[in-house]
Amino acid sequence: MNLTLFLLFPLATAIAILMASGLKQIRVIALVGSLLQLALSGKLLLAYYEQRAAGNQSQMLFEYVQKWYGPLNLQYHIGVDGISIAMILLTAFVVVAGILVSWETEQLSKEFFFLLVLLSLGAYGFFISLDVFTMFFFLEVAVIPKFLLIGIWGSGKKEYSAMKLALMLMGGSALILVGMLGIYFSSKTAGGAHSFDLMELSKMNIPLARQMLFFPFAFIGFGIFTAIFPFHTWVPDGHASAPTAASMFLAGISMKLGGYGCLRVATYLMPDAAHAYSWVIILLATIAIIYGAFATMMQTDLKYINAYSSVSHCGFVLLGIGMLTQTSINGAVMQMVSHGLMTALFFAAIGMVYSRTHTRMVAQLGGLLKIMPFISTVFVIAGLCSLGLPGFSGFAAEMTVFMGSWQNPDKWYRLATILACASIVVTAVYILRAAGKSIMGPLGNDSYKDLTDAKWYEKSAAILLIFGILVVGMAPFWLINLIQPGTEFIINKLAVVATGL
Amino acid sequence: MLNEYFFVLKAEWMLIAIIFLLLFLKVGTSDWKNETLLYGINILLLVNLLVGFFSNLEGGLFSGMFHNDALLILEKNILNLGVYLVSLIAYPWLKKHEHVLEFYILLLTTLLGMFFMISSGNLLLFYLGLEMSTIPLAAIANFDLDKRKSSEAAMKMIISSAFSSALLLFGVSLIYGTTGSLVFTEITPLLNGSPLQLLAFILLLAGFSFKMSVVPFHLWTADVYEGAPVAVTAYLSVISKSAILFIFLQVLYVVFKPMTTEWYFMLFFLSLLTILLGNLFAMRQTNLKRFLAFSSIAQVGFILLGLSAGSKTGMASVIYFLLIYLFSNLAAFGVIGLVSAITGKESIDDFKGFYKTNPFLSWVLAIALFSLAGVPPTAGFFGKFFLIMAGAEKGNYVWVIFAALNMIISFYYYLKVVKAIFMDQNDHPIEKLTVPALPKLAFIICLSGMVLTGILSWIYEYIHTLSNF
Repeated sequence: MNLTLFLLFPLATAIAILMASGLKQIRVIALVGSLLQLALSGKLLLAYYEQRAAGNQSQMLFEYVQKWYGPLNLQYHIGVDGISIAMILLTAFVVVAGILVSWETEQLSKEFFFLLVLLSLGAYGFFISLDVFTMFFFLEVAVIPKFLLIGIWGSGKKEYSAMKLALMLMGGSALILVGMLGIYFSSKTAGGAHSFDLMELSKMNIPLARQMLFFPFAFIGFGIFTAIFPFHTWVPDGHASAPTAASMFLAGISMKLGGYGCLRVATYLMPDAAHAYSWVIILLATIAIIYGAFATMMQTDLKYINAYSSVSHCGFVLLGIGMLTQTSINGAVMQMVSHGLMTALFFAAIGMVYSRTHTRMVAQLGGLLKIMPFISTVFVIAGLCSLGLPGFSGFAAEMTVFMGSWQNPDKWYRLATILACASIVVTAVYILRAAGKSIMGPLGNDSYKDLTDAKWYEKSAAILLIFGILVVGMAPFWLINLIQPGTEFIINKLAVVATGL
Repeated sequence: MLNEYFFVLKAEWMLIAIIFLLLFLKVGTSDWKNETLLYGINILLLVNLLVGFFSNLEGGLFSGMFHNDALLILEKNILNLGVYLVSLIAYPWLKKHEHVLEFYILLLTTLLGMFFMISSGNLLLFYLGLEMSTIPLAAIANFDLDKRKSSEAAMKMIISSAFSSALLLFGVSLIYGTTGSLVFTEITPLLNGSPLQLLAFILLLAGFSFKMSVVPFHLWTADVYEGAPVAVTAYLSVISKSAILFIFLQVLYVVFKPMTTEWYFMLFFLSLLTILLGNLFAMRQTNLKRFLAFSSIAQVGFILLGLSAGSKTGMASVIYFLLIYLFSNLAAFGVIGLVSAITGKESIDDFKGFYKTNPFLSWVLAIALFSLAGVPPTAGFFGKFFLIMAGAEKGNYVWVIFAALNMIISFYYYLKVVKAIFMDQNDHPIEKLTVPALPKLAFIICLSGMVLTGILSWIYEYIHTLSNF
């Protein structure tokens, strides 16, 4: 299977959008393009199973290497394992849903869909890359669309949020840049040249002093993308100001770029340092989880509620990675998928409510269940998934993280696990409170009576995401089986170091 | 032999021919319309650009005083391309100007000077070329004849360049005093880092820093950039800076190779200062030309970082960056020049709501700014990445971290302009402008340059093979 198709499809879609005229043409092109992507990712999954069933045990499948900048030994190297496939599937789901939700974007629709597609191009490119340089390239490709999407189509203090988000993410990129150059100049291939190639780098051991120096740069750099404490402040403002589809892309895809990078680049390539610094990661993650949960309690705006809860939930991803056991890393990847779907659904529901009532304040809402039963149900499902009700993906993912974390016998690590577990109670409080206030009870405003329920495109978006949530929630072993072979390689590399120390 | 004189000096002969042609036109009493003239001249420049790619001959002339090799041919082609683009974007401004021919005669004379300067193998010819490229430039900085600021710019420029030339000349004479020669190849083996030679090098470096507007020798830059006509500013910030950097590369990498440790540390401190001050001042600017002046100061700081590598990669990354910088900066100046020529507006506030009325120009300006900021998929990303990568080669991570963090600051002020264009509301935005054909051609060339130069790696690879170090 040719993975470059994952770049060519969005590219073709983007060009077609530029050629098209009128909202009707544009959105159909965007939808068809994203559906083709979804089909392509499904095909990738099947092809992956086929290869594994045929006994192909290699770490990466469908690899393709093309020299890019010869003198510097930069390559266009692509390939996937289970982890990347899970991320690609997540991206495909969220992109389709995001485009469906924006079906009626009148203002500058051509630019809007173009930027959405460009963002998804960056995400796909990032997940298929096996070369740190290519990864970095695609990571940054995704930054500018976010800035423009928030700044032009956003609401509230959009310029401030857009600038804050762009600058903090660029700050993350700058740290990653230092970290990756450190890795590059510490590496030495068989031919004596330096390399950015992830597969080559994973075979060599970077000197300990270098790892200790550059691990923080790489990890925190990627961490900023996934809202590591104390660099999470772009998340609430950015998400709250963004238009619905952009919020979905941000929380559903873009924050996952960071988690994936933390795992694939920082932890995998610098395992000694990962062990040495794991307590810092866990400390920061625990703070993010608890602080995020309590901060959510204080919010009155639905989007801020979901954004702060994203900080808390992404803390689980970092906690899972920081614990460095196989189960916890599996859990971290599952949490990325689960949170991506769940939070996209949540933002979609909020967007649907907002487009009708023109308010996101919990206090001004109320009684929505009677008027728009479908949207309210979606809202509740997203909420329940977020608080980790069994049967939904949130439970499966968080449970896996906790189990993996508990395997770590150190008493401080266990304390962190307990604290993280305890945050779920807080989550339940704010979710139930928000859902109860806005959906049940008397109507918040008499004018709400005339509002209509979800349209077909909103329904399809919601159903698509709920489908994903249920699959992960009901059959978590399916996802675990998919990512297990990928995490095994990471764990093996970590284990070699642990025994060698 | 005659053949050699012709082909080794081909680029220079071409320019001389064009200059004389224009002179004859000027002397003759023909009364042509400006449009016709401009189209004719642009075709001549295009021919000049294209001829530059064919039948080049490498070699030395006048016992090594002048030499030409593959890298220099490439550099001259880059400069030719830049001048062609400047000439295209100058069209809306020159259309109404009464001294078109003089403008081009002076402009091409400076280019001729630069060609001699970068091809020189002798400090005398180098100095001659430098002066030939500076003095006419001051004259065209004064080409907005009815604006006082333009005269002020010209005055400031001529004084500051006279000062820097004096420093350079003093350095040159000290070099001659300590080594007894002015020929590059003869100087190099005699350099031993003695105090007098160090002083000579510092003087030379100061002279170069003036021309490249490296902090603390940058004070003339913003005023001159603001006062001069936009096309001249574009020329100053791209073409003349590139030419100086090309010869600076030769001087550092070839002539002063024995003193690498000394110049490394000088570049280190100059670069830190340049990046930081350039960025801090750029943040506070409201006039777009001043803004680009300070941003281009910061860019030079990054170039110094790549330069410090002292290796083949360093050289390639600098030349590659300059090529990309040429496309990006000229695109930005092109849009600003067009707007300024038609409406006279130059401040960032005037550009608020620009996207609503002029989407095409807005995208050109935005992509140019992204490229300057170093955001992929524009080529600026690759350019800056390779500069920083070359800088990291020597393991000076303080420098690398400093540069990386400063990229965030620079990102802020570039985005501020993008924000004004796309997001801010304005009751009186700049009206819809029709883009004449020639500037449009320039924008299309710049856009394709900004996108393709990065993705197509063979351009970098080609430069890398030519970097003779």
